[in-house]
Amino acid sequence: MLSRVASSVYWLSRYVERAENVARFIDVNYNLTLGETDTLGNQWAPLIFTTGDQAIYEERYESFTRENVLKFLLFDEKNPNSILSCASFARENARTIREIIPSVVWEQLNQFFFMVRSAASLDATLDQPQEFCERVRLASHMLVGATDATMSHGEAWHFSRVGRMIERADKTSRIVDVQYYILLPDAHDVGSALDVVRWSALLQSASALAMYRRQYGKILPDHVADFLILDSRFPRSMHFCLAKAQQSLRSITGSTAGTFSNLTEQRIGLLCSNMDYTSVENIIQQGLHQYIDGFQKQLNLVGEAIQDDFFTSKQSPQTQTQTRQTASQTQTS
Amino acid sequence: MRLAPYQSGESFDEMFAPDGHPRPSGEKFVERLQTLSEGSLQQRQKTADLSLQNMGITFNVYGHEAGTEKVWPFDLLPRIIDAHEWKMVESGLRQRIHALNLFVDDLYNDCKIIKDGKIPEELILSSKTLRSQCKGYHPPQGVWCHITGVDLIRDRDGQIYVLEDNLRCPSGVSYVLENRELMKRTFSHVFQGMSVAPIEDYPEQLLKTLLDCAPEGVTDPTAVVLTPGIYNSAYFEHTFLAQQMGVELVQGSDLVVENGYVHMKTTRGLRRVDVIYRRIDDDFIDPKCFRPDSALGVDHLMDVCRAGRVTLANAPGTGVADDKAVYAYVPDIIKYYLGEEIILPNVPTHLCSDEKQRNHVLGNLDKLVVKPTNESGGYGILMGPQSSQAERDKCADAIRANPREWIAQPMLNLSTVPTLVEDELKPRHVDLRPFVLCGKDIYVMPGGLTRVALKEGSMVVNSSQGGGSKDTWILRNGNSIPEPHISRAAWEDKNA
Repeated sequence: MLSRVASSVYWLSRYVERAENVARFIDVNYNLTLGETDTLGNQWAPLIFTTGDQAIYEERYESFTRENVLKFLLFDEKNPNSILSCASFARENARTIREIIPSVVWEQLNQFFFMVRSAASLDATLDQPQEFCERVRLASHMLVGATDATMSHGEAWHFSRVGRMIERADKTSRIVDVQYYILLPDAHDVGSALDVVRWSALLQSASALAMYRRQYGKILPDHVADFLILDSRFPRSMHFCLAKAQQSLRSITGSTAGTFSNLTEQRIGLLCSNMDYTSVENIIQQGLHQYIDGFQKQLNLVGEAIQDDFFTSKQSPQTQTQTRQTASQTQTS
Repeated sequence: MRLAPYQSGESFDEMFAPDGHPRPSGEKFVERLQTLSEGSLQQRQKTADLSLQNMGITFNVYGHEAGTEKVWPFDLLPRIIDAHEWKMVESGLRQRIHALNLFVDDLYNDCKIIKDGKIPEELILSSKTLRSQCKGYHPPQGVWCHITGVDLIRDRDGQIYVLEDNLRCPSGVSYVLENRELMKRTFSHVFQGMSVAPIEDYPEQLLKTLLDCAPEGVTDPTAVVLTPGIYNSAYFEHTFLAQQMGVELVQGSDLVVENGYVHMKTTRGLRRVDVIYRRIDDDFIDPKCFRPDSALGVDHLMDVCRAGRVTLANAPGTGVADDKAVYAYVPDIIKYYLGEEIILPNVPTHLCSDEKQRNHVLGNLDKLVVKPTNESGGYGILMGPQSSQAERDKCADAIRANPREWIAQPMLNLSTVPTLVEDELKPRHVDLRPFVLCGKDIYVMPGGLTRVALKEGSMVVNSSQGGGSKDTWILRNGNSIPEPHISRAAWEDKNA
């Protein structure tokens, strides 16, 4: 398929997944802060730290109030990772490759964008963001479902899955990382009753609570970390996402398991096999935050390799469209 | 619902005769319309409008920074044409396209028509759309204009005229197909059993036409659609056609010329391209051959084209035949190449390059429509009877300064079709753009894009100027059934 098209499919699904995850971030924070005392009730800054957009935020806002943070994450057009920006980039990418997307997917995406845009002008959305976040999550699920059910599982579909899985792995890692800021401000809190509430909120933000319960029953921090990082069957765990991305890359290149034909496959292979053979004990030993930091760095390298191996044309971008797109995409990694 | 208050105006109404009764072609439809409950039509119109937005059926308007994407305006009441009348239109269009192809081929090769003194050499040489770079080019199958959109109008007296030929990158066919789809979705029980000629196979016909004209010796040709990108006004159509034909939609930057062939850049390296349905004007397709500042084209594309290793549809240089001054000669062109009288008449046209005709135009600016010979989209037109003295003076100066650039035609009265305006049916002016494909066959789409001027009394139907659209129904009544496909060879024999 065309390199430009492959790149657009990949970014399209990354942006949709990103919008969904921003909605999840907000939701988990709401769950955590509602009913808390002031010290915990005003924990909105960590959301910005974990999304990695601190610099842009500080240029635009003076303080980390609930309203500012929500505005920034939901509808700020100057924030390339706000839900509105993601929805609009996703649609823009889709528009350039409309000919290869099933019409039901395009229509869903179109409706998703209009829904976000009209909600952006309502005060009620900032006041009660949960319902909006719920709609964003559902729209993302609809899109994934429609894509899986109506698009041939060929090269384009695989690129779309690679994009989604890499984005999701990154965002799950950030959700887990939230605990570095919020859940373990003090080592003494580990094991307290309050802890359970917060860890369940964390699981819930990954829609993982019910699945976790079936697997482990009681909520224990080590198990939660194990489940979200290393579980091989839960579709939002970092390990699962990476394995699926690797599978799709193999379908694209035709490489057999245990081999690699380009830098992308080498990098993702190394990262995957590390996850295959590590344990949550190892991870906690080296420090959860340190582990996740390392993971994110390597994941970024995988993203860069994908860009070089599949999307970069030998000539420099010529059209306005391309320049615009490239700009919006590089802001992300 | 009651239709009683509908009053057709001075113009020819396509649905109702002057006595208020439906014309024979509209009888069955009007009957069904009357069985609808009050408000139901309006309700369906709203449903259709919402679908258009959700389906993202849009067009872009240049020159507006925000909100350049406009939803395609569609009116539920169709324009209906009976099969008998359509037969005449069909054969008229076939005749026209056939002759124009021979004409373009002649101009870039032997120039017989000029040598025989049937068309002034000066007129051709001064045409802005003549491409000297195409001299001596022989496109595969001898086809220059693969895809044509011909604008037809009906005057007060009921006669159908050809208003202009669009031989470069005519757009609108995707809206024809989407309008039909929408009509079936929202108006199904009115549509059902009406015996409307199908148009849904257009993408298939287009693909066949393109592949039929692949370079010689290519057994399994690859076709692509070349678009300027998402900011082009017809971008929706480009994606639609590529999707419907199942071919890649490429931008100039996706293509590269290497080793004498055109290739597209894929995730697995370069892949050869044999046929390009290009929706980019001549000027922009190859910076090495035409405009060097073009960022949309492909370097050396024309070399490959002239070497016969890639087919461009439509062929570069075709535009010389839709110069509006050349248009005036189409009846002569048909007679010269085919020895026939023109079936679908031209609108009488005055050429300002001719002194006598120019003086007539300058003396009658208040009665005539003056058009630039090389603009599209309704730009630069003076509607004489509706103009101010200042506008006419300005126009007269422009004509005197550059007479070759202008033609004038009498003000025609476009026919009307009932249209839903603020919950009521009102007569609104329409034109019609059927699409004709020319490869090994000549295919005439049964129907076409009916554009409607939504403003009361307005005759400007261009979507860029606020026009809307309607579905066009060609009825398959009685023994008269449209014949969209005819093989060119058979047609030429018959007419030999």
